[in-house]
This record gives sequence, structure tokens and C-alpha cells, in this order.
Amino acid sequence: MIIEGLIAATFAASMVVLLAPDRVAGRLAAALSLLPVVGSLYMWSRFDATGNALTGGDPAFETIVPWLELGGYTLNWHVGVDGIGLPLVVLTTILSTLAIVSAWASIDDRQSQFYGLMLFMEANLLGVFTALDFFVWFVFWEAVLLPMYFLIGVWGGPRRKYAAIKFFVYTNIASLAMFIGFIALLFGLGDSVSSLDMPAIAGALRAGELGSLYGISAGTLRAVAFVAMFLGFAVKVPVVPFHTWLPDAHVEAPSPVSVMLAGVLLKMGTYALLRFNFTMLPETATRFAVPIALVAVVSVVYGALLALAQQDLKRIVAYSSVSSMGYVILGLIAYTTYGVGGATFQMIAHGLISGLMFMSVGVMYNTTHTRMVGDMSGMADRMPVTAGIFVAGAFGYMGLPLMAGFAGEFFIFKGAFESTVHAAMPLFTAAAMFGIVIVAGYLLLAMQRTLFGSFRLETDYEVGPAPLHETVPLAVLLVTIIVLGVAPDLFFGMIQDAVDPLLDFGGELS
Amino acid sequence: MPLQTQLPTWTAIAPTVLLGLTALVLLLVDSVDPDSTRPTALAAVSVGGSVATLAVAGWYLLAGTGQVGGAIRLYGGSLVIDGLSLFFTVIVASVVAMVSLASHDYLQDRTYQAEFYSLVLLAATGMSLMASAGSLATVFVSLELASLPSYALVAFLKKNRGSVEAGLKYFLVGAVSSGVLVFGISLVYAVTGSLLLSDVATAIGDAGDFVGVAGIGVVMIAGGFAFKTASVPFHFWAPEAYEGAPAPISAFLSSASKAAGFAVAFRVFAVAFPLDAVVPMGIDWPLLFAVLAVVTMTLGNFAAATQENVKRMLAYSSVGHAGYALIGLAALSGGGPNGDVMGASMAHLLVYGFMNTGAFLFIAMVERWGLGRTFEDYNGLATRAPVACLAMTVFMFSLAGLPPFGGFLSKYALFYGAIQGGFWWLAAVGAINSALSLFYYSRVVRAMWIEDPVDGDGVDLGATPLGLYVAVLIAAVGTLALLPAFGPVVETAQSAATALFA
Repeated sequence: MIIEGLIAATFAASMVVLLAPDRVAGRLAAALSLLPVVGSLYMWSRFDATGNALTGGDPAFETIVPWLELGGYTLNWHVGVDGIGLPLVVLTTILSTLAIVSAWASIDDRQSQFYGLMLFMEANLLGVFTALDFFVWFVFWEAVLLPMYFLIGVWGGPRRKYAAIKFFVYTNIASLAMFIGFIALLFGLGDSVSSLDMPAIAGALRAGELGSLYGISAGTLRAVAFVAMFLGFAVKVPVVPFHTWLPDAHVEAPSPVSVMLAGVLLKMGTYALLRFNFTMLPETATRFAVPIALVAVVSVVYGALLALAQQDLKRIVAYSSVSSMGYVILGLIAYTTYGVGGATFQMIAHGLISGLMFMSVGVMYNTTHTRMVGDMSGMADRMPVTAGIFVAGAFGYMGLPLMAGFAGEFFIFKGAFESTVHAAMPLFTAAAMFGIVIVAGYLLLAMQRTLFGSFRLETDYEVGPAPLHETVPLAVLLVTIIVLGVAPDLFFGMIQDAVDPLLDFGGELS
Repeated sequence: MPLQTQLPTWTAIAPTVLLGLTALVLLLVDSVDPDSTRPTALAAVSVGGSVATLAVAGWYLLAGTGQVGGAIRLYGGSLVIDGLSLFFTVIVASVVAMVSLASHDYLQDRTYQAEFYSLVLLAATGMSLMASAGSLATVFVSLELASLPSYALVAFLKKNRGSVEAGLKYFLVGAVSSGVLVFGISLVYAVTGSLLLSDVATAIGDAGDFVGVAGIGVVMIAGGFAFKTASVPFHFWAPEAYEGAPAPISAFLSSASKAAGFAVAFRVFAVAFPLDAVVPMGIDWPLLFAVLAVVTMTLGNFAAATQENVKRMLAYSSVGHAGYALIGLAALSGGGPNGDVMGASMAHLLVYGFMNTGAFLFIAMVERWGLGRTFEDYNGLATRAPVACLAMTVFMFSLAGLPPFGGFLSKYALFYGAIQGGFWWLAAVGAINSALSLFYYSRVVRAMWIEDPVDGDGVDLGATPLGLYVAVLIAAVGTLALLPAFGPVVETAQSAATALFA
């Protein structure tokens, strides 16, 4: 019941904030958003799930209530969390609260609508990471898009309308491809499933119950559905070449929205890849190991190179997200405990670190009103705390030990080297590791030019340190990143527990 | 089954009779003192009558009237009361209730208000009869009863050129297609020697040498229904009529009248031309409807995408939605899950009744505020009327088939049914069209919420039209509530449709 309670409370909070007067909306939203934080931490402390929710494991806080019957299939309200879902739920609640607090300084128009939409999005995100019925999951998945569209389109920068519609169209078309792929699988399963329950479908698919459909053989159907779903999720992640909506969306979105977009929304894509493609169709995934690993490596290297070429701090962080998400894909395709587990851990780590980066860029922008590397110099002189946190976050991004990013990337590389899905995996891993060098290159370059040196910024006002309510979220994030870096087992234990069962698919590696 | 055991059979027709009586009461109220209009009294009677109809029809539907223990046949089978007729009566009555509520504000300071309401109610009576028509004669008569008041209603703004032109165009196309329909009926009668749907069904198998005549008859009947449902090839009155008519009438015609057209088409084709008998003879009407469905939804969508006028965009989108609903007649095959497909189509028409009525009523509200008709005129409206714009956003996204709204689930059920019946290509065309439709629906949303108002924020919208507001909100709540409550709705519809094929 606690999951329903969390989702319902967040929905209710979004309605309350939507109707509240503008001047209290920000404070009220932050206060109400503490409720899901407390709830998710309580869930973490009482977490008692075993195994993977989709492969016969026993998820925590599970409920199943029949909703409706359609053409022989039962749709259930089915939610629950396992070791993969819970860390993402915690990430969502913490990042939402911090993003809301960080918005106090920058959002000064139609506040109640802004914060209402932020909470509405949070409620749907919680649904995405807890739903265990395909239909329920899909409803939440799509419903996340609507608030995001408005958040970019109303409160964004000069080209916000273009960015919002591009985001919306890209992700919607992707959803359609994914949906068709999944439904084709469902029909291929025939009578072996009688509901849209994800565990049931995953079980049937892993047991090889897939039959032929309209004369298409099971093997072809599996491959086509895999590709359709992969494309659908790849846009969301995003991987090269489907990444072009991301920089536009990030640059135009206000910083708190960027935090949510990079921190949580991108993880929807990798989470879904893990839940659907890599859990339900493991044989097909390993068959496509080479192209997938190639996509991952290209995303890592090309994304990093694109970041190197940017002048806008936000674009740099945006492209580096493409690069980081490439590591996640590489970890997933490795099919080892450390590979898949590390990818899951990296989702959390990257969520926190990219959130921190976007937030500190936002704090600097609020003071300087520019994000161009060339316009700023010596910012550390005037905003020492922000600059310090920015440097710490950047080092986290580069994978400095004792930060969460190190743990995630280290696990992924270890897992990918050990991988047996294809003989060339160590080669791909080595190529991907080269990306770290480029990441270090552009982040150091950007920091050197903006933060250090003598102060130079043309303004007609005094540039001073950021107010406390802007620095506190940064500090909280940084502490969380370090804690997770020092003690990854806070999450990694449960992640491993949920990942191990899905690696054991016993099918032929054809 | 309280009804069948405790009340005489003829009471099954009560919902239709209630609609007709309300129309007469409206005229009576007006004739008490012809020189003065009482807008509130008229609207109240109209709303009350339609809500009462809704209550009775809903009660019958839940109680199993005409469903448990077979359909109730009255007047020698000319009228049939079963799940299908009650389901569509519910749709028509809901739409009439919302439209009447909204018309109270829309018609303010206009003359002939009583005539307006009673024409709406008379047309609704015809639509309810269409849903219960058990013989080709009642089909034609009820269709005319629904059409004739509609012509007058479209031309109601008689000093407005657009309205009058729309009325004339609607009337001319309507007259032609009525002729086509009645000619088709006569051909079918010539072959089978009966007008009763059940007798036609038994006799058409023995058409012998007259297969060609029967086939032409079937095609012509399909043409007559295409007019009523605004489907290709008799769709071209629709954009004109919906745009020129007063917006509440556009809502009424595009939701209720379309639904009634489908009701009669569902019954006539499923009952009178059974697939097992006519398809082997070469009269493959599902194929005809499949072609019509593809053309209708594609044409409607592409035409809607090019519009600059919101009302006209909605008119073409209404044509597109007729295409989706036609899947209910197209994705049928001998032995297929026909009842499920048709039932999904019925459920879609119910959801459509709420979301589309709401959208047109929002336009009525905009017209009442005196704003323009193009997308640009909607710019920044959300800052001035946030609640109404929120409702319109719900309608637009629901029409586009996005979760978490009713339109998502009903389209899903419809396409899903088509796939189950083996018509995956039909579902694919529908899904692609549905995805494309997001383009023009989201333009409205974008204009309202994201664009800045052309003339600044300062323009006063004037007094809040309470009735319109309430009607729009009821439609929005209905659209939202049909997501969690879709289960019982689609089950009722599917069992009603399955009974038709039995």
C-alpha cells in the first residue's frame, strides 16, 4: 500500500500546489515533496525483496488489483519494487525535492503551475519505476511526457517552443515503436499469458513460449520486436544517432527542469531497456551484442567529442550525458553481475552527478546571466562555494575514486571486460574507456577557463556568492555522491540481488 | 431483471419516449406565453429531460433489459431494444444534456430558443430510434427524424452567411444521400421481399441470380450511413456544417449524430447481412468498410493538419474519428472476435461523445468571449482562463489518444480488437494516423499555454458563462473518469455487440 500512498500523495500535492497562490507555491511544493522523500527512505529501510521482480523474485510492497479485462487479457494494477526499482525511486524523490528548491531563484512566472507540474511529473516517474503491469507502466511512461513538454515550452529559453515540440515528437514516435514491438511479442505468446503482467510475460518469453505470428517465425519476431523496443528506448536514453533532441531540450529548459531531465528522465530509457529488452529477450540481446556494444562505444566517444566542441556550459553537460549513458548500455550488454549491476548503479550515480552539474551551472547562470565559456573567467574568485562544488561534481563525472561515478564506471568496466557475450567485448571496453580521457579533457578545459584565472565578466552589478537556498541543494547532492562513492553497497547489494537472476537465462546463445 | 418481470414490455421504449416528450414539453412551456422567452426554464427542461433519459437508459442497461433473455421486440420487430440501442441512447442523452446546459449561455439574447431546444430533442429522439430500428423502414424514418431538425439547427444563425450556407450544403448532401439510402433499401427489399432486418438476413442467402442487385443495395445503404457518420465519400458536408453551425450544434452533430449513424450501421450490417451468408456470395461489406476506414481516417487527419481555424480542424478531426470507429465494421470476419471489435468501437464512440463534445463546447465558450477562430487567437488563453484551458488540454490529448485519458484506452481497445481479428494492417494505419493527429491537437495546447497572447494579458473576457463552464467541466471529468471506469463500459459494449452477431 505504501507505493500507492506515495504516488497518490504526490498527485494530491501537485493539485494542491497548482491551486495555491504563486508566492507560496515554491515553498509549499518543497515542503510537500519531502513526503515522498521520507516515504522512499522508509521503503529503503524496510526493503525486503528478494531476486528480480520480473524473473520470479519476490518484490517488496507489492499489490495486485484487477483493473479491467480486454480481449482475454487481464489488466491489473500491479506495483512493487525490487533491487532495481527502489534505488531509482529514491533517486527520483531526492532529486525532485532538490530541483524544486533550486527553482526558487530562477522561476518567477506562473509559479504554482510550474511547481504543480514538477510534482505531477514526480508522481508519474514514481509510477514508471514501480509499475509491474505493462499497461500501468505505459500509462505512467507516457504521462511523464506531458508535464515535461509544458515545463520546457512555457518556462524555457528563447527557442523553447521548438525544443519542446521536438522533445515531444521524438519521444512519442519512439513510444509508438516500442509499443508496437511489445504488442507483437504479446500476440506471439498466444495463450501462454493471460494478462499484461510484466513478470508473467517475462517468464513466458524467457521460457521460450514465443510462437509464430502471421507466418513470421518466432526467431524473426523476437528480433524485430527487440529492435523496435530498442529503438523506442534508445531515443529516450538517448544514444547516438537519436540524441539530437537532447541538447536542444537541455539548453532551452530552465535549470531545475534540466536536472530532472538528465537526472531521472534519461534513466527511464535505460531502466526500460533493462526491464524489457535485456530481461525479456536475453538471447536476442546477446545475439545483437556487437551492434549494441558498438552503439554504446560510439555514444561514449562521439558524445564526449561533441561535448569537447561546445561553448555553452549546459550543452557540455548535456552532451556528456549522452556519453555517460553509453557506459550504461555497455554495462547492460555485458551480461555479467558487475556489468548490469554497474549499469544500474551508474544510472543512480549519473542521475546525482548530472543533477549536480546542471544545478551548479544554473546557480552560476542566475548570477552571471550567461552560460558561455568564453564570457566568464575566474568565477571561483566571486563564488567560491559554488565553484568548489562544481569542481567536485566535475571530478565525480570524470570518475574520481570515492565518488559515486567512480563506483559505477568501475563496475561497468570490470563487468564488460569479464563479459563472455562476444569475444570482442574487451576491445569495446577498452575503446569506451578512452572516453574518460576526453571527458576529463573537456571538463578540465571548461573549468579552467570559467572558474580560474583572473575574474572577468562584464556586468553592471556586483557579482557575489549565491544565496544559501541555492547552495544547499548542491551541497546535499555532493554529500550523497560521496556517500555512495564510499559505500556503494548502500544500493549495490540490492542491485546485485536483483540482477543476478536475470543473467541466468540458460537459453542457447544463438 | 426487475424490468422484464415487473413492468410491461412496452416500457422498454421509455428512454426514447422521454426524449420525444421533453421536446413537446419545451414547445408547451414556450406557448404559455409566446411573447417572452424564459431561457433558464427552457434549458432546465431540456437538461432535465435528457438527464432523466440518461438515468432510465442507464438503469435499463445495468438491469439487463433486452440483454438477459434476448432483445425486446416491439411493433412486430420494427423496434428492437437491446444492449446496443440502450448503449447508444446513453451516448445521445449524455451529449444532449451537456449541449443543452451549454446552450443556455450560448443562446443568450437570441430568439427562437424554445424551437432550438425542441429541435435538438426531436433530433435526439430520432437518433435514439435509429439505435433501436429493427426494420429498414424504421431505419429510414428515424434517420429522417434525426436529419430534418439537424438541417434547421445548422442554419439556426440565420443572419450569419456561414451558418445558412452550411445548412444548405448539409441539406443538399443529406437529401442526396437519403435518396441513395432509400434506393438501396428498395433494392434489398426487391431481392429479399422483406424490410425486417431478421427476415432480410434469412432471405438474402437465397438471392440467387439477384446477387448483383443485392450487392448494389448493400453498397448504397452503406453510402447512406456514410453520410450520417461523416465518412468518406459523403463527408464533405461535415467541415462546412460543423464550422458554420452554432458550436453547441457542432458538438451535438459530431458526437451524437455520428454515434447514432454508427448505431444503425452496426445493427443493419451485423443483423441483416450476416457475414456467413453474404461474404461467400461476393458481397464482402467488411472489405468495403475497411477501405472506407483507411481513406476516412487518413483524409480526415491530413485535412485537419492543414487547417488554421480551430473549429474546422476539429471538424476534420471528427471525420478522422469516424474512420477509427469504422474499424468496428471493417475488422470483421466469419468466426473472428467480431463482438469485441464492434464493442470496442462502441466504447470509443462513448468516450468520443465526451471528449469531442467538450472540445466543441470549449469553442462555443471562446465564441461567446468574442475571440477569433484561428490558432493564433487562442494564444495565451491559459493565463486568462486556466481551468477551461486545462479541460481543453484534456480533450485534445485524449482525442490524440495519449494516456492517461479515456481516449487512449478506447483507441487501444479498438486497435487491439482489430489485431485480434487478424486486421493488423488496419490497426497499424489507425495507430500511425493517431500518432500524426498529435501534431494538430498539440497546436491548440501549444497556443493556449505556451504562446504569448497577441494583444497582451489585459483583455477582459467578460462574465463567466456558468452553464458552459459546467458543461465543459462535466465533459472533462467524464473523459478522465473513463480511464479507470473503462472496464465495465467496454464489457457492456462488447456483450451488446456480441449479442448482435449471435
